[in-house]
Amino acid sequence: MSTVLERVTKVIVDRLGVDESEVKEEASFREDLGADSLDVVELVMELEDEFDMEISDEDAEKIVTVGDAIKYIESKLN
Amino acid sequence: MDVLKLKDKNIVVMGVANERSIAWGAAKKLLEVGANVIFTYRKDRSKAKLEKILEDYQDHKTAIIQCDVNSDESIQNAFKQIGEQFGVIHGIVHSVAFAHAEDLKNRFVETSREGYAFAQDTSAYSLIAVANAARPYMTEGGSIVTMSYLGAERVLEGYNVMGVAKAALEASVRYLAADLGKEGIRVNAISAGAIRTLAAKGVPSFNEALHRYEEVSPLKRNTNKEEVGDMTVVMLSELSRGVTGETIYVDSGYHIMG
Repeated sequence: MSTVLERVTKVIVDRLGVDESEVKEEASFREDLGADSLDVVELVMELEDEFDMEISDEDAEKIVTVGDAIKYIESKLN
Repeated sequence: MDVLKLKDKNIVVMGVANERSIAWGAAKKLLEVGANVIFTYRKDRSKAKLEKILEDYQDHKTAIIQCDVNSDESIQNAFKQIGEQFGVIHGIVHSVAFAHAEDLKNRFVETSREGYAFAQDTSAYSLIAVANAARPYMTEGGSIVTMSYLGAERVLEGYNVMGVAKAALEASVRYLAADLGKEGIRVNAISAGAIRTLAAKGVPSFNEALHRYEEVSPLKRNTNKEEVGDMTVVMLSELSRGVTGETIYVDSGYHIMG
């Protein structure tokens, strides 16, 4: 069973076409990983599918870094 | 027996932003039944997505052509290019719409003049402009299908200026159908249920709409892009040859409920 980190990393690598080594917890989707606003929406939708959960618009706005995404998903899974 | 008669027909699909797009649901099915599919895009971002998606369809006849539906010149150029490359156009899937985010978020009464005009231009007028530009190449008759939503006739929270644009779109379908019938060109709209697309995510309270479809619709589930894609293929095909000017609901039956 993959960890949340591994699964999130895979989604980010697939979606944003970045190298796995760039996906660090402190990396910002927009600043560091080159995502535009539509990329971020697509990413949120992929994460919703991957973890079978709903991420509200308000919550999605607060997800700025890779670490934010992992923390959010872990809190919803528990 | 080939009941669809879409094999080797040239169909233009406008509005694929990614693999979740309703337009892609239609295009995928069209490719499966042997149609040639000409994709149009506005932003380079969508072009890149299309190129990636079509990597799996290299043995099909496809093309990717730029078309900004806000520009008459761009529409003319795109259809000229399509005409030169493919000759006859047999069908069009028009699946483009846009409104400014603030016009969906703010109170409806505060809709700006510019925002209203922009939503109408992109989402409704574009169908008329596209039909006119494609007409010289639709010499064997054909079928035009556009995508609408229940917000055209009912008030749906957060849909606002887009609902008004969809109302204009559905009316334009009827007037185009009446006008183009003599040339053997049919024009119909599909009113799709709420589907999780990139565009839908821009509509406030979209998640609530999804839940409502699951609770209220006769089929007790949401619509998916494959269901809309299948109906689009039917509306482009020989099977629907007696239908024009119609709005067809592919929404798990949601719109009949009180």
